[in-house]
Amino acid sequence: MNQEFAASFVLVLPETFLAVAAMALLMLGVFRGEGSARLVSWLAIAALAVTALFLPLAAPGQAAAFGGLFVTDAFAVFMKILILLGTALALVMSIDFNDREQIAQFEYPVLFLFAAVGMMVMISASDLISLYIGLELQSLSLYVVAAFRRDAVKSTEAGLKYFVLGALSSGMLLYGASLIYGFSGATGFADIAEIMIGQAGDPPLGVIFGIVFMVAALAFKVSAAPFHMWTPDVYEGAPTPVTAFFSIAPKIAATALLVRVLIDPFGPLVNQWQQVVIAVAIASMLIGAFAAINQTNIKRLMAYSSIGHIGYALVGLAAGDETGVHGVLIYMAIYLFMNVAAFGVILCMRQQGRMVERIADLSGLSVTRPGIAAALAIAMFSMAGIPPLAGFFGKFYVFQAAIAAGLYTLAVIGVLTSVVAAFYYLRIVKLMYFDEPVEAFDRPAGRTLGIVITGSSLLILLFVVYMAPVVGWAGIAAAALFGG
Amino acid sequence: MTAGWPLLSLVTFLPLVGALFILLVRGDEAVVAANARAVALWASLLTFALSLLLWVNFDTQFSGFQFVEKREWLPAFGIAYHMGVDGISMPFVLLSTFLTPLCVLASWEAIETRVREYMIAFLVLETLMVGMFCALDVVLFYVFFEGVLIPMFLIIGVWGGARRVYSAFKFFLYTLAGSVLMLLALLAIYYEAGTTDIPMLLSYNFPLGMQRWLWLAFFASFAVKVPMWPVHTWLPDAHVEAPTAGSVILAGVLLKMGAYGFLRFSLPMLPDASAYFTPLVYALSVVAIVYTSLVALVQEDMKKLIAYSSVAHMGFVTIGIFAGNVQAIEGALFQMLSHGVVSGALFLIVGVVYDRMHSREIARYGGLVHRMPIYAAVFMVFMLASVGLPGTSGFIGEFLVLVGVFQVNTWVALFATSGIVLGAAYMLWLYRRVVFGELTHADLKDIADLKPREILVFAPLVVVVLWMGLYPKPVLDVFSPSVNALVVRYQSVAIEAPSTPPPARLAVR
Repeated sequence: MNQEFAASFVLVLPETFLAVAAMALLMLGVFRGEGSARLVSWLAIAALAVTALFLPLAAPGQAAAFGGLFVTDAFAVFMKILILLGTALALVMSIDFNDREQIAQFEYPVLFLFAAVGMMVMISASDLISLYIGLELQSLSLYVVAAFRRDAVKSTEAGLKYFVLGALSSGMLLYGASLIYGFSGATGFADIAEIMIGQAGDPPLGVIFGIVFMVAALAFKVSAAPFHMWTPDVYEGAPTPVTAFFSIAPKIAATALLVRVLIDPFGPLVNQWQQVVIAVAIASMLIGAFAAINQTNIKRLMAYSSIGHIGYALVGLAAGDETGVHGVLIYMAIYLFMNVAAFGVILCMRQQGRMVERIADLSGLSVTRPGIAAALAIAMFSMAGIPPLAGFFGKFYVFQAAIAAGLYTLAVIGVLTSVVAAFYYLRIVKLMYFDEPVEAFDRPAGRTLGIVITGSSLLILLFVVYMAPVVGWAGIAAAALFGG
Repeated sequence: MTAGWPLLSLVTFLPLVGALFILLVRGDEAVVAANARAVALWASLLTFALSLLLWVNFDTQFSGFQFVEKREWLPAFGIAYHMGVDGISMPFVLLSTFLTPLCVLASWEAIETRVREYMIAFLVLETLMVGMFCALDVVLFYVFFEGVLIPMFLIIGVWGGARRVYSAFKFFLYTLAGSVLMLLALLAIYYEAGTTDIPMLLSYNFPLGMQRWLWLAFFASFAVKVPMWPVHTWLPDAHVEAPTAGSVILAGVLLKMGAYGFLRFSLPMLPDASAYFTPLVYALSVVAIVYTSLVALVQEDMKKLIAYSSVAHMGFVTIGIFAGNVQAIEGALFQMLSHGVVSGALFLIVGVVYDRMHSREIARYGGLVHRMPIYAAVFMVFMLASVGLPGTSGFIGEFLVLVGVFQVNTWVALFATSGIVLGAAYMLWLYRRVVFGELTHADLKDIADLKPREILVFAPLVVVVLWMGLYPKPVLDVFSPSVNALVVRYQSVAIEAPSTPPPARLAVR
């Protein structure tokens, strides 16, 4: 027993380290008092980097810890690296911003770290209970950071909205989980899968209801339509770096969780949940494409854009096989860098010391600030899915899976909505390149933001050259989920 | 001497290297502009010189792909960086590399703002165009095919005329909407055949039912690109608003990408569906020829007139391709090359007077021959080539297409021939209104004739038009083996299939 516990402990080393580091940083912040935000932020980034180093060390191959509550496999490692990367980049982008906006506090990076721990637990969860614990740890941290600008009405409203709707979705998740437990008698994913395989004929109605509830709750977390309503408001209200964080790490974590839940315990029931995922994917792609057209606020636009992107990722999941999951993984990795580049540029949008968020403020950016205009243009063309940029390959792999699975209608709807979506991405390029310049943006305070923007846009631009290893690694991760 | 060089990669990516150089140029705006122009010109000239090596070393007896390069790109999916040219694609590589330096030269003074970005866009465009004609992997093909949209969108939108934003969006979204359907078709092909390698796919026999869907998906993309009636409406807008050099590339090379797609994918990979849908293509092409020629007659804008004439001329190309015999396909290819040079040259002709008067309206001109004799002579050469006068390149292409089509379908040939008459009408009338007559407009009294730089641009174009018209054999020799192989493949498979009657019996009557 003791030995097993010790062995389990090794597997959760990265999570443990990150949680301990977060608590230590909290103490450090408390003792150093006000003005320690910058130090704590950089230390938090360092902690995330160290955690990433622990990941491959702690988990060679596939292993379960704590009697199956927690698993580590290539899939988890892949997704966790994305999470850590996204969290670290969001923190890097926050430091100067928070200083300038005078909301720099040491709790902020600590909350990011707790959210990251929650997300890592979600990704590795292999039991309905650990799933819920991870999800709630993540969500509670996120509710707080959404409302981090306490004196702004919009930010507190965003936090409250996020909390109320998030609690509702957690309730749905619990309801679904209890239905599944009630009708199958197990909470472990492996046990549930075995019971489902052993079942003769159709699965019990309760289980199907449970799956639908869980999918709905997780669709809320990934902000897939028709559970997307909170997204634009929260994105608009939250401080911009927090929005950047929301659009990256929690999305990736929730997507990973959705993939694992549907493939691991309910893999045998693919025929039952496939239609739900298809419907959600189509709704998300349509909402993402059409609702974004009339937006005037760049953060709201990004919200709809992220809804659309989740729709495309779900196209891969709808295929329900290894190729599909492979596509989802590649899509999420590319999505991370596209959003980092776009939000990096959005964080540069300040005039005379104030943040501006109107899309029209980007007019003529290619004249006033050619560098960041080029970066945003690359991100926009990539999001529109134009080759040779990375975004095209993301779409390529998910649609390839959809075609291979025979989901032709879904694929046709998907590519056509991508044409509609291209319109509003192009509109941003048009503003920056075709229109006359308005007031120029302020020079950025530090160099970090510039490095982040340059790095991520180069990664998008050159993906076509270096993609083989990324695709290969995602392939190993996807295979791990299918017992490969 | 050049054995073992990755010649195609060099030709494809050399412009990109030039673009990188321009990106690194530092200094004040005038210095950057001068350097950008010089680097762009030298990079494109060097690319052209290298591409001539392709022609010199090209084996005109061999029907397969030459200068083949193959490297692993995505081993997990079996997708490779696979390049090569055959007799169908090699001439278009040359056309692209030939037109690009001329475009750079033609934009020398016309483009004054953001010269650096302009030259980068053109060099990137060249890389993508050449890459598209050389790609032997469907994914690679699609990357190049679709990537062209980005620089072209920016060229129209940034340096274009008054309604540039509308035109740029229309161009982009029309083309994208067609292309994404082709992407699905390519994915379906990959799923069905298990490979993305074009040479292997060329001999794969797809099931009949699937062929028709795939054909329609390809058609959606290529028909927009060619463009065929009724999805041609982006073309007049894009042409009118694009800067002169943008129009040249658009008419000269981008339109050919659609027709090239028909020849590379539709005909050899989906022969049964091609035969099945041939009447549709005939009908649309005939409408294109007659209708857009009539539309061209009433245009008041010179560029718009030439744009509509492009739609009509491309109608001949599509008819020729789907007639499916050797003469017609060779004629279509020849017409594509000829149209690439002639329509490009005509846009440059319009650009010359536009640079001086800043108007494209036909009524603004008249009597130019009194002030610009060299211009009038050059204009006449291209005008007659566009009409298809024997001795110019336009004649050979149209003649071969008509000979080929006549064997298959007399009615189509008849309607197409009427298009030649209409073509003569609108071009000659345009020429009369712009060049002849009295010099009535006061401000035209001191309009200057062609400058040495402009003569330098037009001289190679005139030489090529006359040479292709008088001695087309070297060009046709390049086509022959590949076209013969294509026709053998197309006719054997398409006629073998019992469910599909041969094209002749199905045709429009």
